[in-house]
Amino acid sequence: MNEVIEPNLGETLVFWICGGLAVVGALGMVISRKAVHSALWIALTMINLAILYVANSAPFLGMVQVVVYTGAVMMLFLFVLMVVGVDSSDSLIETIKGQRVAALLLGVGLTIMLVAGLGAGLSGAGTIGLDAANAADGGNVQGLARLMFSDYIIAFQATGALLITAAVGAMVLTHREYWQPRKSQRELSQDRFTDGGHPGNKPSPGVYARHNAVDTPALLPDGSTSAISIPAPLRARDDARAIDVNDITNVRRLTEGESE
Amino acid sequence: MSGSQFGLFGNDPWWLVIGKSVAVFGLLVLLTLFTIWWERRVVSRMQNRIGPNRVGPFGLLQSLMDGFKLAFKEEILPKSAHVGVYWIAPVISATAAFVAFAVIPFGPTVSIFGVETPLQLTDFPVSVLYVLAIASIGVYGLVLAGWASGSTYPLLGGLRSTAQVISYEIAMGLSFVGVFLYAGSMSTSEIVIAQEPIWYAVILLPSFLIYVTSMVGETNRAPFDLPEAEGELVGGFHTEYSSLKFALFFLAEYINMVTVSALATTLFLGGYLAPWPLSLWESANTGWWPVLWWLIKVQLFIFLFIWLRATLPRMRYDQFMKFGWKILIPISIVWIFIIAIARLFRDSVSVTNTQLLVGGAIVIAVLLIGSWLFQLRADKRDAAAELELDERRARPFDANAGGYPVPPLPGERFEYTSRRAMAAGTVATTTVAVAAPETTNEEAPDA
Repeated sequence: MNEVIEPNLGETLVFWICGGLAVVGALGMVISRKAVHSALWIALTMINLAILYVANSAPFLGMVQVVVYTGAVMMLFLFVLMVVGVDSSDSLIETIKGQRVAALLLGVGLTIMLVAGLGAGLSGAGTIGLDAANAADGGNVQGLARLMFSDYIIAFQATGALLITAAVGAMVLTHREYWQPRKSQRELSQDRFTDGGHPGNKPSPGVYARHNAVDTPALLPDGSTSAISIPAPLRARDDARAIDVNDITNVRRLTEGESE
Repeated sequence: MSGSQFGLFGNDPWWLVIGKSVAVFGLLVLLTLFTIWWERRVVSRMQNRIGPNRVGPFGLLQSLMDGFKLAFKEEILPKSAHVGVYWIAPVISATAAFVAFAVIPFGPTVSIFGVETPLQLTDFPVSVLYVLAIASIGVYGLVLAGWASGSTYPLLGGLRSTAQVISYEIAMGLSFVGVFLYAGSMSTSEIVIAQEPIWYAVILLPSFLIYVTSMVGETNRAPFDLPEAEGELVGGFHTEYSSLKFALFFLAEYINMVTVSALATTLFLGGYLAPWPLSLWESANTGWWPVLWWLIKVQLFIFLFIWLRATLPRMRYDQFMKFGWKILIPISIVWIFIIAIARLFRDSVSVTNTQLLVGGAIVIAVLLIGSWLFQLRADKRDAAAELELDERRARPFDANAGGYPVPPLPGERFEYTSRRAMAAGTVATTTVAVAAPETTNEEAPDA
């Protein structure tokens, strides 16, 4: 049996504060009605677990926990929740009969199994701490690196391959094929300024006392209509509304100051 | 958890720990006030203006007065805000900003009231990762502010900031790897000491450039200030914030600027070590002098931030993301590959520099030939695609190809029928090439 290290006061305090907060976060995650609140509670749990890892001489694991889980995974969850807009209007009606009872039973069962299993496994073991293991390779990070790149290299590579497959799969699923190369900003601006292009905003459709539909072309100062003021599909179908010549001459007369 | 190399850390008496914490806090607040004034003055100079010059000597107290004004302003709580989260968002932002500074070394070991102590609040084996971790918690402040405001522009700003910070954090983390490989450590104080003969900005120049780029993206500063782009999103994530809560976001932004500048100094510019001509003076790296060198280097980075803001226009969002994912990250990975291989050969395999260079030349030659062959294939494919497009232009469009109503493919010509003409009984058709640019010349009057 190894020498048993008793935790000091600081360690005990950290354990009870962070452990308590982690449990509060877990409960809050289950109880919250809003999905975003649940995500925040679980972030609290993750951060407290990270502090516990650091307190237990595993600083690298603690930091990676925060960067990867709190910073990236949870953040993507939040991202999706915000984009999709899952809100408190979620239905709380059971869709599968007996779902709650089954979940409760399984939860209680898992708790009993974990407590019993871990209790039986660890009751006589005592604590030896990580100091000896960390010192063996000159530090926590070095020790982890040695294990990961020697003894567990296959598991490490397999996990990496799995993650990359998942990432590539996601990209393939969302991939969109372009029929022709997209125009670059340079080509777009060349189109805008060369022959037939229009560098500025196009004029909006004409709005008159009689018509305010988009197929009404705007009038130019000389009384002619501006073809580019109506949407391209309407123009293509030759569906622009005709303007009454009398209207135009009337307007011109008025603007030229002829009183009636 | 102090290892052998961290002997002096974690052994400070309680009053020194409190003293250091207060000093770091005070320094950050003062630097924020100074940076705001400095930024306004420098930007003014660059725009041929004078800038704040009324309150105090050279207007130095301007930002202090602005801070007071901000704190006494009316606080407006939007009706649709999610109150709890709305309150906690600025707190998360500001706290994370302050806390990240705990591992930045200001100077070597000095004696304070008879106690030998390093000029650094604390340090541990993974303190650079700690800064990354705190930064990723700080993002929660922005995202939650955006969501909790219950309004569209803040939400969009919050989402942008998430995407932006996560993307640029990857490039940032990859730029650290080179430093870790060379220093053999992730602790800030050891990285500074490891740069004693030569700074990493010199030997790891690509890493340094990538870090400088991604630190601007990480702090949401111009030209990467898309989460609060005024032209598109009003104020972005803090649109609905006012008074002291807005002040906290403001504070957090400037402290983050100082933090990433300090981290850049620590990792790449030799931290508190004296720069070259000064390092010839023997006592340049002892006592309290290094704090001055540190401060000058940090101010250089802050000046760079201000300079960028005054010079560059804001990037477009899609180009910005493309830049991060398709340029910065691949370059970082290739660069890490190169230095890892180079170090492996130098450390464990006995190769001379000549052999290393010849090997490198062969690899580059293979890559060049490979990319040339790849380009040949791509050209052939493009030519085939062009041929297909021509073919399609030649044949008439079948709107019911395969038994389903389908839109025209690029190049296919589609015949529209004028509804007005159909109604009038005179059916006229107009042929339009869908992919061709619209002709936008003014046409003759209709009437």
